[in-house]
Amino acid sequence: MTPALLPLASFGGAIEFIFSEQTSNVTGGKKVGGFEQAMELMLKQIEVTALALAVALVLALPLGLYLGHRGKGEVVLVGLANAGRALPELALIALVAALIGIGLVPVTLALAVLGIPPIVSNAYVGVRQVDPAAVEAARGMGMSELAIILKVELPLSIATVMGGIRSAMIAIVATATIAPLAGVVTLGDYIINASIYGEDGRLAGAILVALLALALEGLLALLQRRLTSDGLKLKTV
Amino acid sequence: MVNPALLAAAGEVGGDFFKERTSDTLPCQAKSNEVFCFDWARENIDRFGTPTVQHLELVVISVLLGFAVAFALALLAHRRAWLRTPLLAATGVLYTIPSLAFFFLLLPVTGIGRDTAIIALAVYTLQIIYRNTMLGLGNVPGSAKEAARGMGYTDRQILWRVELPLAIPEIVAGLRVAIVSTVAIATLAVFIGGGGLGTQIYGGSNLTFPTSVFIALAIVVLMAMTFHIGLLVAQRFLTPWRKARAL
Repeated sequence: MTPALLPLASFGGAIEFIFSEQTSNVTGGKKVGGFEQAMELMLKQIEVTALALAVALVLALPLGLYLGHRGKGEVVLVGLANAGRALPELALIALVAALIGIGLVPVTLALAVLGIPPIVSNAYVGVRQVDPAAVEAARGMGMSELAIILKVELPLSIATVMGGIRSAMIAIVATATIAPLAGVVTLGDYIINASIYGEDGRLAGAILVALLALALEGLLALLQRRLTSDGLKLKTV
Repeated sequence: MVNPALLAAAGEVGGDFFKERTSDTLPCQAKSNEVFCFDWARENIDRFGTPTVQHLELVVISVLLGFAVAFALALLAHRRAWLRTPLLAATGVLYTIPSLAFFFLLLPVTGIGRDTAIIALAVYTLQIIYRNTMLGLGNVPGSAKEAARGMGYTDRQILWRVELPLAIPEIVAGLRVAIVSTVAIATLAVFIGGGGLGTQIYGGSNLTFPTSVFIALAIVVLMAMTFHIGLLVAQRFLTPWRKARAL
């Protein structure tokens, strides 16, 4: 085989790893790979990602919407967004494992922490950008403040709000890949513990993680379309 | 009470500090209730010099590379409008793929080491820089372009002397987000043999030596803050006609 084709051979090996079990070189004849194991790890990654995103949403979305509605706390939120970006996920996972412990609950909380800054700051910015005339009109019609947030400001800022949720999901699913370091065995195990799964396993892990992230992003993009009111869709055409 | 797992981890990441001491004279850290070991930090702070320089190199090279590519793509899309959406989608797909996965997708082509890390980190910055550059160019008032046209500027002169200077705030804001994110994500380069501060967090098969993690974390955050403030100052000098915005 010519050297130029070697990368293709690696990808072939990785695909084979995903679909058929093989014997590990290291773990004393233990079987690695195969569709069943790959799906098990993928489900674990989906589970921890979904849990963390849910926790982040519950904490961050109401806060961001409320602060945006009141127009308060901009300085704090800008600082929070910047600090969130500067937080290295590897250090976060390492500290959680060392100081709080390993397992699903500590890892979920750590991942949720990563998701909070983009959701809060995008919700805030989105609500601030809503046309004040629309809010005044709603108030004039006798809507309560809560109704204004839920029925006027949130629908009109859905693109920005969903942008924050998508950023949070990308950060969380990426960091869930290194969760095996803290005892949650996701697809990242194929990548991090290459000594067990071999090079084919490592590449298989990378392929599956990339596909999973793209699939989740596509799902949120679809959800965003569903949540965008027809009136707003007409405007952008 | 000595925690054997912590002791093993400390031996791996923490160097000879713990091997030279018996469990009775261990000052800290291997005792399970201590979070930060000042004695270790004092004796081992010089371990962080080389990784810090490596980290800085990873960040600067990959962001410069990403900026060059994204800026060129933005100029291209500015001229040919039909390219805008496909380029946004393509950079979006690249942005969505987790960096750790991207390292190993590149591995069969580019091999183990720093180059692979730099390519993956650069690719990660494309979306944010491209999007902000397009945003900045889009926000230039039509009247400014009309005035330049009236003064006899060519398309190229309008781009370089009117549109790009007026787009600087958005471009620099994109660069700021890109560089701060890259400082954090570059810690993952350790997995592909790219060096950097990740080596002081993840020591091969262990990561539970909190003192070393805390110091690496502090350096990463300081580095990110320095870039952030530096770019804010640079933006102020580059756009003397307006005050730098906080966002």
